[in-house]
Amino acid sequence: MWEKIFTIFIASALINNFVFARYLGLCIFFGVTKRMETAVGMSVTFTMVMVISAVLSWFIYMYVMVPYSLGFLKIVIFIGVVAAFVQAADTMMKKIAPALYYKLGIYLALIVTNCIIIAVPLINADEHYGLFESIALALGSGAGFSLALIIMASIRERLELADVPKSFQGLPIAFVLTGLIALAFLGFSGMITL
Amino acid sequence: MIEQFLHTALPAAYRLLDIFFGGLIPTAGVGGAVEAVEYVPPSTIYAALVVLAVLGVIFGIALALVALRFVVKVDPKVEQVRDVLPGANCGACGFAGCMGYAEAVVGRQEVATNLCAPGKAAVAEQIAHITGKAVVTTVPRIARVFCQGGASLSGRKFIYNGVLDCTAAVLVAGGDKACDYGCLGYGTCMRACPFDAITMSSDNLPVIDADKCTSCGKCVAACPKQVIEIGPLAKAVVISCHSRDKGVDVKKKCQVGCIACGICVRICPFEAIALENNFARIDFEKCEVCGLCVRKCPTKAIKDHIPVRQKAYINPEKCMGIDVCTKVCPVNAISGDIRSVHAVDQDKCIGCMMCVSRCPKQAIELRQAPTFSSGRKKAKEGATIGA
Repeated sequence: MWEKIFTIFIASALINNFVFARYLGLCIFFGVTKRMETAVGMSVTFTMVMVISAVLSWFIYMYVMVPYSLGFLKIVIFIGVVAAFVQAADTMMKKIAPALYYKLGIYLALIVTNCIIIAVPLINADEHYGLFESIALALGSGAGFSLALIIMASIRERLELADVPKSFQGLPIAFVLTGLIALAFLGFSGMITL
Repeated sequence: MIEQFLHTALPAAYRLLDIFFGGLIPTAGVGGAVEAVEYVPPSTIYAALVVLAVLGVIFGIALALVALRFVVKVDPKVEQVRDVLPGANCGACGFAGCMGYAEAVVGRQEVATNLCAPGKAAVAEQIAHITGKAVVTTVPRIARVFCQGGASLSGRKFIYNGVLDCTAAVLVAGGDKACDYGCLGYGTCMRACPFDAITMSSDNLPVIDADKCTSCGKCVAACPKQVIEIGPLAKAVVISCHSRDKGVDVKKKCQVGCIACGICVRICPFEAIALENNFARIDFEKCEVCGLCVRKCPTKAIKDHIPVRQKAYINPEKCMGIDVCTKVCPVNAISGDIRSVHAVDQDKCIGCMMCVSRCPKQAIELRQAPTFSSGRKKAKEGATIGA
């Protein structure tokens, strides 16, 4: 069992990396990677939100939706769970860590509708993962996303000094970079098949 | 239970319910736990409704509790400032939206009250009032186009058939315009303007809307010919030419270029105009916007941005016949004997306002020119001022 959990963690972090292999969550990815500070803050917030919402969703799925055959309501209910939880986290963060709140600002609201956040509970439900496997997937996805953010942020901070042609400045060169990193991540594919 | 009640009391409604929810909705491929079910039984519908309602109530209560427990007190001044701001979230102030600026201007002492460009002086004053900071008087500024040589008034070196954009056109031997210093007229500034303040006239020249322009400087950066400059809004008389060519060459290339004849330099009562690099420039510090140079310029290179100038009018009750105004008037529009009431010839007056400040009795005021007595000649004059 632990072996499978570890496999899920590694697979979701590297092989099926949400940004570089599945191309999800790109809006936040490009939004917060301009500076390392916001990228790290976002990674932590994102992973935390993801783990907690995956656990909440798993309980609701196992103990409410499966017994009443409400599997077809997955998307609606999971979005509701994530939205409610993020809103609560948003309110709490404003009080507890205002500095971080102003740094992440608009992106925290973006988490609500982020596709990775909703993809994790949906994958958990489709694969009929147990609680620990669900947590492993959430943690792995969070780690993978953090890895992507930090790699990108460190490159983009150096990019500030590079002599980029005018028509490539900003987002275009960031997309080119993402493509190159995604190519590198292709090297992991096929290492573990789930 | 509801089902049975409906079945006995309202058979028609039950049949409708049955048709819509019972048998007809195909469910293959919906996924999840209902994959094996061929139709959705009414009990699932009820369960779904109940579960969603309960979840909604739980989330609502939880969020309300969190909001109560973690309430953050917002400075009421921030809200007041936010209400005063235009709410366009344009970012011209340098902060993240209007809310960001409202928080910064209330919370930090060094943030000035006049950073809101669209709000202009009125908003700056209100913010200063709310925050108790000193009112910083801003000189409203505007982008000015330093070229009047539109397609009809200036020559072309060759026929340009490339991309209709100034930055592209300038790559081909500096653009197709005969004058190396003039506006190419392909509208790069218009596309650069974030406030839609620039439109291209029928003569291919940018026209700046004074109400919309926030003097952000995007057009200045976009123009490959440096034709646009930011200047004070109040200094409405501008020598709209940048040509450093000699007068003879300017005349060949453009009908409205500055030929550096120096007439405006000599005529200016405030010595505000100087010749430099073969074109005349107005020193905005000294300029009093009298508009005298606009009249005297032989090539009409000087533009008066005041659409219609008001005319001086002497109040006969206050006038003591001191005769300062007749000496000061640059166009000899005022006549009258010493110690008797003077009068302004409305046809001659150009609305330069010089007599107004000189009259010791404050007998002169500016009024809208009476249109009924103007006739054809006046209308024509008005048109040249506006042009």
